[in-house]
Amino acid sequence: MSSLQFVWFLLIGLLFAIFFFLEGFDFGVGMSVNTLANNESERNALVRSIGPHWDGNEVYLITAGGAMFASFGAWYASLFSGFYVMFLLVLVALIMRGVSFEFRNEMRTDFWRRFWEWSLTISSLAAPFLLGMIFTDMVKGMPIDTQGDVIGHFTDYVNWFSIVGGVAVALLCYLHGLNFVRLKTEGTLRERARVWGKVLYPVLFAGEVVFAILVYVYTDFFTKKPISTLLILAAIVLLSVLAYVATLKDWEVTSFISGGLTLPAVVMLLFVGLFPRVMVANNAANSILIKNASSSAYTLNLMTWIALCILPFVLAYQIWSYWVFYKRIKAN
Amino acid sequence: MSILGLSILSLARFQFAMTTVFHFFFVPFSIGLGFVVAIMETNYVIQKKDIYKKMTQFWGKIFLLSFAVGVVTGIIQEFQFGMNWSQYSRFMGDIFGAPLAIEALAAFFLESTFIGLWMFTWDRFKPVWHCLFIWLTSIGSMLSAVWILAANSFMQDPVGYALKTVNGNTKAVMVSFADVVKNPQLWLELPHVLFGAFLTAAFVIAGSSAWRILKGKDIEFWRKSIKISLIVGLVAAIGVTAVGDQQTQYIIKNQPMKFAATEGLYKTTGDHASWAIVEGMDNKDHKVTWSIEIPYVLSMLSYHKPSGAVTGANPLNKQLHKQYDKKFGKNMNYFVPMHTLFYSFRIMAVSAGVFALLAILGLYWNRKKSDQIVRYRWFLYILGLSLWLPFIANTAGWFVTELGRYPWVVYGLLTIADAVSPHVTVGSLLFSNIIYFLLFAGMGAVMIVLSHRVLVAGPDADLQSGYGVNDEDKQDTDESVDPYAKGAFNHE
Repeated sequence: MSSLQFVWFLLIGLLFAIFFFLEGFDFGVGMSVNTLANNESERNALVRSIGPHWDGNEVYLITAGGAMFASFGAWYASLFSGFYVMFLLVLVALIMRGVSFEFRNEMRTDFWRRFWEWSLTISSLAAPFLLGMIFTDMVKGMPIDTQGDVIGHFTDYVNWFSIVGGVAVALLCYLHGLNFVRLKTEGTLRERARVWGKVLYPVLFAGEVVFAILVYVYTDFFTKKPISTLLILAAIVLLSVLAYVATLKDWEVTSFISGGLTLPAVVMLLFVGLFPRVMVANNAANSILIKNASSSAYTLNLMTWIALCILPFVLAYQIWSYWVFYKRIKAN
Repeated sequence: MSILGLSILSLARFQFAMTTVFHFFFVPFSIGLGFVVAIMETNYVIQKKDIYKKMTQFWGKIFLLSFAVGVVTGIIQEFQFGMNWSQYSRFMGDIFGAPLAIEALAAFFLESTFIGLWMFTWDRFKPVWHCLFIWLTSIGSMLSAVWILAANSFMQDPVGYALKTVNGNTKAVMVSFADVVKNPQLWLELPHVLFGAFLTAAFVIAGSSAWRILKGKDIEFWRKSIKISLIVGLVAAIGVTAVGDQQTQYIIKNQPMKFAATEGLYKTTGDHASWAIVEGMDNKDHKVTWSIEIPYVLSMLSYHKPSGAVTGANPLNKQLHKQYDKKFGKNMNYFVPMHTLFYSFRIMAVSAGVFALLAILGLYWNRKKSDQIVRYRWFLYILGLSLWLPFIANTAGWFVTELGRYPWVVYGLLTIADAVSPHVTVGSLLFSNIIYFLLFAGMGAVMIVLSHRVLVAGPDADLQSGYGVNDEDKQDTDESVDPYAKGAFNHE
């Protein structure tokens, strides 16, 4: 494996990590539109809080997909064709979510307004749940043939590990969203989000324990990389405990950051576990490896320079855009 | 493996056609509309007249709607290569992935961030800064066209690559990024697509305004909208034709089969080639059955002089067999869908002429001192109807481009049949086709209804953009039969 290949494996991990941190709270706020808000103006405030940002955040997923295509074509091909139906459902969720912001705003009757609000909530729940399932399945190991094609059955996709993985990611996003709401709104919404946080964090701890056990049962993480796996799992638990404590003490920024960082930590757990593979096969010989799956050194080199030139600008104007909308939003 | 006689290949092809055609209703519309709205806001910044602000906000609202649909249908495009065309992705990842990733990095971030800033900060920035946001959004959307067309151009005319065999599988690897970007195909395709996008927005604005003038309200607003849009439309109509002519010269050399099909030629013409306006074809025996022709015109179109023969599809087929039989076998069919290309090309070319004519007449009758455009109601009806034509012309253009490269997905390198995901099941493909169809039908219907509603409400309605600011909008809950309901049901 060349250092460029390693860099791009890292970079794709990084893009997914940023994606889950940013879009994570979008998903959470989307879910809370129907679980946290009690009336129209509260729902407006919630939608408004992510209104200018959700689209930019979602681009990280598109960039991660594009970067995967550019740097590891074989990974991209196996992953997306191998999880066909699940990615289809992710797409449906992202489509319904993407249009519901605009469409909801244009509706005149309560019925249709509520329709698009529910569409927002359900798709905001479905997307992280399905992505969580796909990622857990990917590290668990799938039946992969010598050509790199996944030929799986229902239980390869849907099993206890992937369901718990999906629920965990969705729950992390929901909590991340609640923490975001506490940062961005005032009054009852802010208060209610804190109460929900207090209730849900203990549930999350239970979920994390179950997830850790399932990682032990379903993956080779503990046998192949026991120390890093344990360390990252410990970091995930510590970050969520810190977020919980911060919720109790009402330190809003701390709970947002530490709670949010659990998502990149989960991505890190998966990517460290994957290494040096990109797709884990049930039959170890057929696993797709970083060194075989990548594009040519020429393309990787090119993409590295392009990413280095463009990413700083992207980060700069995105951060500026968050700064422009730093004010709290009030539901009247 | 098949259900109802449907194969993976046919379903994957149908899906690609359906998703790209639908996506490409909204993409040129958004690119063009972003550009025109930016011009309107620039007018506001310079002239400081309130009507331009109103105009920006009014057409900006429709822009936001189409942008949303464009974005979400675009995600399908990106994932689709991996999902349905995994062999293609393995073969082409090295080259195709790069422009796609650059598109996301350079274009998508720019447009999505600044459209967010634009829609939510009307009262927070000085007009100049606010205007800069829409320009950055517009530039972002045009940049995305550059990169996706760079990828498409490689498929049409591969350059800057080498073939390499890894573990027994051949794949294309990039040897010169500069060549991929300098691909002459790209620098013809790009202006053609951009002019097409400006035309789309121009005629949707002019056409919608024409319908509103017929209703007799806010005439000044609609006339000003027509003026700005038709100026853009006229420039774009001339531009698209000029570039189209250049493309013709290019295709004769690089994809002669595509050209033969757009002109409905089976046999090679004589030295003075005449141009068929319409013709009948026998696709089985590969011959033209009847035609109405204008002498010399085809030579003029092809070589800009009255003489010069154009090679027909039959000899080209033989030539291609000779050239590729070793690599792809003797059973290949190199005939592209002749009928579709022939008529698609004519629809596209005639549309360009219609647009130019309408733009000239519209601008003339819409002069400041004249009220002819208001009096000539027949013209307003025609202009109103013309708002649908760009969508048809855009689709026809892509039919020519994409179907014309049959049987290859990458011209001369990879056939469509070899590109498809081998282990995706017919059932899941059928399922995804149905889901996409229902989603598109639903979204399309909602889009049309919402845009129509914005138009009917007129420029004096509350146009503040940004979600959740117009609480008072939902007062009229009295409609017992909700016409907006139909489309919204479909995705369940």
